Amino acid sequence: MLRWASYSLILLLAAPILLGTFIASLPAFGYFPPLGSTEFSLDPWRDLFEVPGLTRSVLISLISGVLTPLIALTLVFLYLASATGSKLDLWIRRLVSPLLAFPHAAAAFGLAFLIAPSGLLSRILSPGLTGWERPPDLLIVNDTWGFSLLFGLIVKEVPFLLLMSLSALPQLKPRQRVEVARTLGYRPTIAWLKVIAPSLYPLVRLPVIAVIVFASATVDVALILGPTLPPTLSVRILTWFNDPDLNLRFLAAAGALLQLGTSMLAIAIWLALEKLCAALWRFWLATGNRDSGERLAFTVGRSAMPIVLMVVAGSLLALLTNAFAGPWRFPSALPSAWTIQHWLNSMQDLSTPLFNTLVISVLATLLALLLVIATLESERQSGNQKSTAMWLLYLPLLVPQLVFLFGIIVMTEFVGWQANLSLVIFGHLLFVLPYVFLSLSEAYRQLDPRWSQVASTLGASQLRTFWRIRIPLLLAPCLTAVAIGMAISISLFLPTQLLGAGRVTTITSEAIALTSGASRNLISVWAIVQLSLPMLGFMAALFIPKFVWHNRSGMFETR
Amino acid sequence: MSNSVLELNEVSISLDGKQLLEIDCRVGPGEIVTIMGPSGSGKSSLLAYIAGFLPKVFSSSGVVLVDGNDISSLAAERRRIGLLFQDPLLFPHLSVAGNLRFALTGKNLNKDQAIQQGLEEIGLAGFKDRDPGTLSGGQASRVALLRLLLSEPNAVLLDEPFSKLDTALREEVREIVFGKLRAAGLPTLLVTHDQADADSAGGTVHSLS
Repeated sequence: MLRWASYSLILLLAAPILLGTFIASLPAFGYFPPLGSTEFSLDPWRDLFEVPGLTRSVLISLISGVLTPLIALTLVFLYLASATGSKLDLWIRRLVSPLLAFPHAAAAFGLAFLIAPSGLLSRILSPGLTGWERPPDLLIVNDTWGFSLLFGLIVKEVPFLLLMSLSALPQLKPRQRVEVARTLGYRPTIAWLKVIAPSLYPLVRLPVIAVIVFASATVDVALILGPTLPPTLSVRILTWFNDPDLNLRFLAAAGALLQLGTSMLAIAIWLALEKLCAALWRFWLATGNRDSGERLAFTVGRSAMPIVLMVVAGSLLALLTNAFAGPWRFPSALPSAWTIQHWLNSMQDLSTPLFNTLVISVLATLLALLLVIATLESERQSGNQKSTAMWLLYLPLLVPQLVFLFGIIVMTEFVGWQANLSLVIFGHLLFVLPYVFLSLSEAYRQLDPRWSQVASTLGASQLRTFWRIRIPLLLAPCLTAVAIGMAISISLFLPTQLLGAGRVTTITSEAIALTSGASRNLISVWAIVQLSLPMLGFMAALFIPKFVWHNRSGMFETR
Repeated sequence: MSNSVLELNEVSISLDGKQLLEIDCRVGPGEIVTIMGPSGSGKSSLLAYIAGFLPKVFSSSGVVLVDGNDISSLAAERRRIGLLFQDPLLFPHLSVAGNLRFALTGKNLNKDQAIQQGLEEIGLAGFKDRDPGTLSGGQASRVALLRLLLSEPNAVLLDEPFSKLDTALREEVREIVFGKLRAAGLPTLLVTHDQADADSAGGTVHSLS
C-alpha cells in the first residue's frame, strides 16, 4: 500500500527538475507562446553574446565553482588528517551542526560587515595598526574578481563538507588504518592523507559536486558579496528575469542555459582535477615518503578550522553590534551608544514575512517528512534493499536552482497558473526533501527490527506498531530532520523569489532585498532574525526529547 | 488456561538453494520442546519462520499448525505466537504498565486490574509506574514474560531467553518462565545452546547440526 510513496517521492523530485530544465530551454531558442513568439530562432543567443562583460561574469562563476570546493575540501581533509582524535576535534564536532544552520544570506551579511573597509575588523585595527582615520577607499566586499564571494562560500561550505566527511568516516575504520601506517613509520598526518583520504574522497564526491553547482550558480551570496560591475552570471540572469521588459525573458532563458553549461564545465574541470590528483597521489604513495610535508600539512590543518570558526564568530559579532548600534564614528571599535531603535523600526515590516516564513517552512517540511517516512516505511515493510533510484534525491542539489526554477515558471506560464503561496511551498519542498531524507534514513533503517517484531507477536497491527512504537522511538531523529528541513527552507531565497513572483515575502527574501540601499543596522536586524529561526528549531529538536522522555532512561542509551 | 497444540509439519528452510534445517515435531499443551544447535544452524531462522518474520531472501516449505489450523500464511500479528528474545525488549518509551497495556487485547474489560494482578503474581506489585530502564535484569525478564502472557498467545517461542542473565539469576528466571508457561498450558518451543536449559525444560530435545 505504501509502494506509491517511493515512486511519488522520486517523481516529485525528478519530474519538475528534468522537465523544468528542458522547458527553460524553449524560450532560449525563441519559442514562448505566452509572449506571442511561436517560432524558433537563435536571436536570444545573439543578444546574450552581445551583453557587455559576459565573459567576465561567466569566468567569475567558473572560478568560484572550482576554487570553492577545491579550497574547502583541502582544508577539511588537512584538518581531519591533523586533528582527528584531538581535543580540538571534540569541540569542532559539536559546533559543526549549528554552523551548518547559519543561513547563507545571514553569514554573507555578517562577513560583509566584518571585512568591509568600514567594517568591524577595520575599526578594531584602526587607527592603531592601520593608521586609518577614515574608511580606506578599497573595494573589499563586492570586489571585481569575486574574492570576497569566494571567501564567503568557502567559510560556508567547509562545515558542510566536514559534516559529510564525518558521517562517512566511521565505515573506513580510520583509527586502525592510521595506526597500521604509523607502525610502518609514517607520521600521523601523512599517514591519514595516504591511507584514508583516497578512500574517503569517493564517499563525499556527490556532496562535493553539489558544492560546485551551488558555488558556480549561487544568487543570494553573490548578491551580497559578489562583484557588481559586472555581477556573476547568476545575478545577471535574475536581473533580466525580473526586468519589467518581458522581452528580456528570452535573454534570461539563454542565460539560464549558459549557467547550466557553466556549472557543467566547472564539474568537468573538477573531474580533470580528480584525475590529476589521483595520479599525484599514486606517485606520492609509491615514493614511500613517510614524513616530509608533515609540518606544513599539520599547521594548515590545525589552523584551518579555528580560523573558519573565528570568521563565523566575527560575522555574528558584526551583526549583533550593528543591530544594536547607536551613533558609531569610524575608527571607534564600538558604537558610542546602544539602542533598540532598529528593532522597533523593523517590527511592523517583520510580521508578514515572518508569518510567511513559518507557514512555508512548516508546511514544506511536514510534507517532506510525510513522504520520507512513507518511503522508508514501505522500504522496511516490503523488505526491499535500498532503491538505486535514490541518487535522484540529490537532483535538486546537482542542477543549478536558477535553471530548473526558471523552467517551472515557464511551465506555469504555459498553463496560465498564477504565482502563489502553494507554488512557493512546492518549490521549497524540492530542496527540503533531499535533506530530510538524508538526515532521517540512517536512523530509520538502523532501528532494531526486534521492536516491531515484539509488537507484532503481542498482536499489534502494522499501523499500531508504527504509531505506538516506531514513531515514539524515532522521535528524536524525526525532530532533527524537521529542524534541518526548516533550516533549509528558511534559508532559501531563489524559490521564494521566482515562484512567488516577488509577491510572497519571507525573512530571507526581504533581507536580501535590503542589500541595495538599506542601512547596516536594519540589515543586521533582519539577518539576526533569519539566523535565530533555525537555531530555535535545532534547540527545540535537542530539548523536546529530553523533556518528553525525562523519566525514560532507556531512550538515551545507544541503540 | 490454553490447551493448544503446536505442530511443525516437514518444515524446511533454505537460503540460496542450500538447506539450513528440516524439522518435524509436535508440542503439546504445557510441553516445552527444546531445539539445540550451534550458532549458524538456523535456529533463529526457524523461530522467525514460525513467528512470521522470515526475510524474503530465505525460502521455506512445510506448514505450522496451531490446533490443526495452518497459520503459515497469516501476518505475524494474527498468528498469536508469543516470543521472548535474548533481551527483554521492554519498550523504553512506555512505563511498565504501558508495556503491559500494549499487550492486552480489546476484549479484556478491566485492564488496570489485569495489570495489577499480573504484577503481583510475578512479585513486582507496585512497579506499575516504573521506567523500564531502571529495572534489574531479572525484573525486566519477568515483566517481559508477563507482557507475553497478557497478550494471550496460543503458543510460545523462546529464543535463548536466559543467555544474557548472570548464572545466579538464570536459574531463578528459568524456573519462573517455565513454571508460568506450563501453568498456562502453552505449547513452548525453546531454542538454546545451553544444555542446562534443555535439562530444566524436561521435554523432547531436537538437535540441529
